[in-house]
Amino acid sequence: MAGRALALITAAAVAALALGPLLVVAGSADAGAMRPADWAALRFTLVQAALSAAISCLLAVPVARALARRAFPGRGVVVALMTAPFILPVIVAVLGLVAVFGRAGAANAVLGWVGLPPVSIYGLSGVVTAHVFFNLPLAARLILAGWEAVPAERLRLAASLGAGPWATFRLIEWPLLRTVLPGALAVVFVICLTSFAVALTLGGGPRATTVELAIYEAFLFDFDTGRAARLALIQAALGLGAVGLGLLVPMPRLAGGLGRAPRRWGGGGKALDAVLIALAALFVAAPVVAVVLRGAVHVAALPPSVWVAAGNSLLTAAASAALCLLLALAIAIGGGRLEEGVGTTAIAISPLVIGTGLFLAVIPFVDPAELALPVTGMVNAVMALPFALRFLVPAARRIRATQGRLSASLGMERWTRLRIVTLPGMRREIGAAAGIAAALSMGDLGVIAFFADAERATLPLQMYRLMGAYRMDEAMGAAVLLTALAFGAFRLCDGWGARGAGRAWRVRRAAA
Amino acid sequence: MRHALPLILAAVPAVAEDRPVLEVYTYDSFIAEWGPGPAVEKAFEASCGCDLRFTAAGDGAALLARLRLEGARTDADVVLGLDTALTAEAEASGLFAPHGIDVPPLDLPVAWEDDTFLPYDWGWFAFVHREGFEPPASFEALADSDAAILIQDPRSSTPGLGLILWVEAAHGVRAGAIWEGLADNVVTVTRGWSEAYGLFLEGEADMVLSYTTSPAYHLIAEDDDGFRAAPFEEGHYMQVEVAGMLAGTDRPALAREFLAFMLTDGFQSAIPTTNWMYPAVIPEDGLPEGFDTLVTPSTSLLLPPGEARDRAEEGIATWRDALSR
Repeated sequence: MAGRALALITAAAVAALALGPLLVVAGSADAGAMRPADWAALRFTLVQAALSAAISCLLAVPVARALARRAFPGRGVVVALMTAPFILPVIVAVLGLVAVFGRAGAANAVLGWVGLPPVSIYGLSGVVTAHVFFNLPLAARLILAGWEAVPAERLRLAASLGAGPWATFRLIEWPLLRTVLPGALAVVFVICLTSFAVALTLGGGPRATTVELAIYEAFLFDFDTGRAARLALIQAALGLGAVGLGLLVPMPRLAGGLGRAPRRWGGGGKALDAVLIALAALFVAAPVVAVVLRGAVHVAALPPSVWVAAGNSLLTAAASAALCLLLALAIAIGGGRLEEGVGTTAIAISPLVIGTGLFLAVIPFVDPAELALPVTGMVNAVMALPFALRFLVPAARRIRATQGRLSASLGMERWTRLRIVTLPGMRREIGAAAGIAAALSMGDLGVIAFFADAERATLPLQMYRLMGAYRMDEAMGAAVLLTALAFGAFRLCDGWGARGAGRAWRVRRAAA
Repeated sequence: MRHALPLILAAVPAVAEDRPVLEVYTYDSFIAEWGPGPAVEKAFEASCGCDLRFTAAGDGAALLARLRLEGARTDADVVLGLDTALTAEAEASGLFAPHGIDVPPLDLPVAWEDDTFLPYDWGWFAFVHREGFEPPASFEALADSDAAILIQDPRSSTPGLGLILWVEAAHGVRAGAIWEGLADNVVTVTRGWSEAYGLFLEGEADMVLSYTTSPAYHLIAEDDDGFRAAPFEEGHYMQVEVAGMLAGTDRPALAREFLAFMLTDGFQSAIPTTNWMYPAVIPEDGLPEGFDTLVTPSTSLLLPPGEARDRAEEGIATWRDALSR
């Protein structure tokens, strides 16, 4: 069981990287007492994360179903679009949402024109809008991946047996949702534990105080590192708990198809599917388009430092994606629920605390600025790991289920099997995972701010610096550049995976 | 990618010869190519025979947090970029030494008596709006109006904290009532200045909490005369940005030389159009053209450091209660 050992070691390394900094911070000071306001923040964080996860996943199911059922020109673009909100840097996405739904936004202009009252993106409705914008596309993609794993033979069999929509739902779609929904819910919930800062720009204020903000306050303004560490530990425990619950749900075994990509199937409700897809695409695309329209003309005039930062970001993203993929493959191929759970927790740990802990850990030995980019890449790899796992774990399970016995009966050695069966069979998911990891790393502003100096900034940091110096036009230009790079990196990897999916089947058949 | 690599290599600073190194910790926007950092470095290195190195850490609050994390083992000789809301904490950390230099006459609207920290620039907080909008003339008038404002969270932003202290200093025990009146004017509370100002520029509110000097940026850098700061009758709270030398510095003479240089033209003339604040000592050539168009408040408010720290805590609690209803 060398594969299992490797997975365990990987999970341990991830846990050390995620929890180590937390312990360093906790050890650096006496733990301050939790304040009543901290408990209120905790309650609020939990409630909003649960709501966000529920709403996003609920809305994502019909969208994913429509996408799974329909083949149409531009489907690839729509599916790729489903990653856009995710890879946009937070502040860009917020500005995009505001350009569409804000007081002076396009949506209200249209509503006013037809004589309807304006909508507000601030307050609770803004928080929900932002959450759905960020998480519905991710949830839809995760659920879609599950749908696409249904063997075509089953669908044909169901159709030839005359199964109606209800029977198809009960026999095929419901078991499938039971497999993918808990995982998707857990991932979105865990993201919302820490990334809620996203929505705070829209619904901020004392009513919406999250644990992340309490950590920020405890650390930066009260310099109570002990309290900051304790809050971060609680946040991490919540994340771990959520992931654990998500993984406890029994997973039905996906038994044998022939390993070919399922065909889309027809059936009724074509118009409804079209409307659903169009609405989702519009909702996701409009803010992105707004950002591009606003900033594209300023790209040419960007100062050289922005291009240097773009180079830094590209290198960091490439390294980060490679590392993330290695970690995710080790866990997905060799590991079980335990390793997967550990791999998913990193996201629940406050970037502020990881940054601080790593900073404390390295400062006795080296100048932190020297490590700015490597540390950023490494932390981003661990932060992207949960998403990579959501793609790779089901794929690895599918390969084991469908090709495992055949490979064993052929007496394939482990590396041979990995090389000609497992990895080629997972190519589509490997591409998607690498793309997500690269794009996430590109847009991340998490830990770099702790380490960077003038030369070693990344593109999001440089964009933020422009905004902080009144240079909104140039900041929007940088935002367009960043969006293009992140999206380009994602398309490159994802496209590579999709292109090879057919070829992998031929290779496998040749090997068999 | 092939083009990116040489750019990165070119950006790595050349190794200095045997000149002594002065390590200055500052906030992030100070060292940006459009910030004061590059000009200041050039001017100081021309006379000091040393290598001036800036290390940046987030904003003013992150700067102090980093310093306290590093404690006595810090490499910093000088810290530049704390503001008057943070100096009491900084002083209490015991990490700073008295500056010990002869302070030239300062162009500050308040008297400056601090043996540890020296101011290098300052500004008044103000609500900024576009030309054509009729601004209210006080917090009470603002609360009674339906003007939409963007403010920053005092728990994560120094201007946000400045607004808390402004209301505290101007209205004292009535701060709670003022905040309750303002609650329906607040569009949203952002985490930092950049988000709030960005939303304002995109047209999301009538006014944003910033500085009286903000219109100067648009006028001078963008040739846009369309921004104003609203004068408030009760006066405007000040932000004074300061620097101090570390007690543990191994180059105290050089650190002192830098602090003295900080109050000369070589440093001060860079401030107005890079940091967009008032210089602590007005340079020989005066303020840049355009600064004469700015609002000058009748009253300047500033709490002493210790009181600022205590009132900030009460003020945040008051703000939290009023806006949670």
